[in-house]
Amino acid sequence: MNKPAMPNSFRTGPDEQGMFGIFGGRFVAETLMPLILDLEEQWNKAKNDPEFKAELQNLSTHYAGRPSKLYFAEGLTKHLGGAKVYFKREDLNHTGSHKINNCLGQILLAKRMGKKRIIAETGAGQHGVASATVAARFGYPCVVYMGATDVARQSPNVFRMRLLGAEVRPVTAGHGTLKDAMNEALRDWVTNVEDTYYLIGTAAGPHPYPELVRDFQSVIGSEARAQILEQEGRLPDVIIAAVGGGSNAIGLFHPFLDDKDVRIIGIEAGGRGLDGVEHCASMNAGKPGVLHGNRTYLLQNSDGQILDGHSISAGLDYPGVGPEHSWLRDSGRVQYEPILDDEALEAFQLTTRVEGIIPALESAHAIAHTMKIVPTMDKDQIVIVNLSGRGDKDVHTVANMLGMEI
Amino acid sequence: MTTRIDRRMAKLKAEGRPALVTYIMGGDPDYDTSLSIMKGLPASGSDIIELGMPFSDPMADGPAIQAAGLRALKGGQTLARTLKMASEFRAGDDETPIVLMGYYNPIYIYGVDRFLADAKASGIDGLIVVDLPPEMDEELCIPALKAGVNFIRLATPTTDDKRLPKVLENTSGFVYYVSMTGITGSALADTAKVSAAVTRIKGHTALPVCVGFGVKTAEQARVIGASADGVVVGTAIVNAIANVLGPKGEKTADPAEAVATLVSGLAQGVRTARLAAAE
Repeated sequence: MNKPAMPNSFRTGPDEQGMFGIFGGRFVAETLMPLILDLEEQWNKAKNDPEFKAELQNLSTHYAGRPSKLYFAEGLTKHLGGAKVYFKREDLNHTGSHKINNCLGQILLAKRMGKKRIIAETGAGQHGVASATVAARFGYPCVVYMGATDVARQSPNVFRMRLLGAEVRPVTAGHGTLKDAMNEALRDWVTNVEDTYYLIGTAAGPHPYPELVRDFQSVIGSEARAQILEQEGRLPDVIIAAVGGGSNAIGLFHPFLDDKDVRIIGIEAGGRGLDGVEHCASMNAGKPGVLHGNRTYLLQNSDGQILDGHSISAGLDYPGVGPEHSWLRDSGRVQYEPILDDEALEAFQLTTRVEGIIPALESAHAIAHTMKIVPTMDKDQIVIVNLSGRGDKDVHTVANMLGMEI
Repeated sequence: MTTRIDRRMAKLKAEGRPALVTYIMGGDPDYDTSLSIMKGLPASGSDIIELGMPFSDPMADGPAIQAAGLRALKGGQTLARTLKMASEFRAGDDETPIVLMGYYNPIYIYGVDRFLADAKASGIDGLIVVDLPPEMDEELCIPALKAGVNFIRLATPTTDDKRLPKVLENTSGFVYYVSMTGITGSALADTAKVSAAVTRIKGHTALPVCVGFGVKTAEQARVIGASADGVVVGTAIVNAIANVLGPKGEKTADPAEAVATLVSGLAQGVRTARLAAAE
């Protein structure tokens, strides 16, 4: 790919067409186009409306529990013997992950738009739970599409969604993972376009979703930046987050993009290795293509058919990535590295033992890369890792991988 | 520049009847069978052929066309083979328009310029690409028009009068009106509403308006054909193929014959459409 010219700021995208360089856009059926334009208009009004901001702020504080802590992971730091490791504790949010940040913002938009019904797709179930939660809180019926494979491997979250009153519809097409759930959610949306709000869980899909999800998630990075300045008196040397669709990562990264001395690393699911097809490292092993409303890096064959991919982590098991990440990759501002299933599993166990924190398998990918680089760094350097969610949902998967019975 | 679509539509207008537009998935269930089905369509009464380009993630399609695409991909179909199918058909029929229908990614990966050159050489007359709304016209629509290939746009119940001019702006060949908000193969919308929509669109364009999504029977084709310039049938044809395939994909009867029987009936429907409307 041609390298785009280095911009003055990395924080100005997307353009008015919803493009980040060649990535992003609005590749959707005509049926959805008027709705997407309406959403963009409503979003542009809402983001500058003090009332909207105040309501979101109030819910973030008193319902979601923000700000989330920036925690010095002393146990892990000692164990690794290099740079200081900080965790941004999104796992402490209500519903147990960063997903609530986006869901609170979008449910307020749905309310402004007068929608009557919420649909969502989910991989690990974190976004499904957060969607079901805000739907319960605001009194909307909610349908969550979830791949049948994910329904099986994330059963605690399925039960949570049902308790919250959502209907979980398993999707059997393809490998029964996030990609298939997203297809089915889009089919529902195109059918029920008049009254339904599609609450997309990641910073992907047609414009304006990548932008608005990023803006709702950027609270992570804004807080972390202020917190590290407060606690250490300076910016970190490295920030790291796992990338599936990439909402927790863009949320952490965006406020730091113009801090040129901060190295930014996104971690893709390397699955069982990048040599075969059993991974989800779209930016390391895929190429640009068009799926789910946007152009972005995708795992695909030479005929443009999308591959299913694989990851131990349901939340990273997606053959694409948000378009802004694709742009940040090509511009060279962010470096994207793969982490294997086994490495994530090791990080999961280590963090649990030395920190007393059970991280989500998604977050464990980011921690695994931290474990690789921290020992090579100086003791006065600082690394912030986004602990995007708690790992209770993953204990069955982990037990399975370790050959244990619960 | 007139295209096969323009000429066919003008001829049918002179005959005073709507077009029967038939959709098949290229390569379903395999290349040879699909080609023989395609070759039989004009004799059964199909006026325009929509040739589906299979895609792994057909977001606007219902279960029947999803399954057809998967059968085709499993049978080794690629965009290159779909173009080859068209050119083999074209060798024996230089009149029946062929419209490729599908999603953008396989075309994008093939390369837009190379695709348009090969499509043109294969005798393709038009393109329907579901996930390219007018906002993305620079991608393929404008290059296609320059290459002399019709770009047929979908108008839908959500395309209001304010937006309609934008949708029609670079459309050529015909306008494809999607009868309902939904995916292919859903139940047909209220036909009175469909007629009203066709009239509304005709108020904005001189192009023929064809109606698709949900038309399954000869009777429905007759009713829709009373107001529309064409009736598109897809899922019903794809189902006729699926119905003669066993659980392992083995043929329990001749798919080409099954399709011919269905299409002949549909052709009867469109041929009586205006007569019925005049009564």
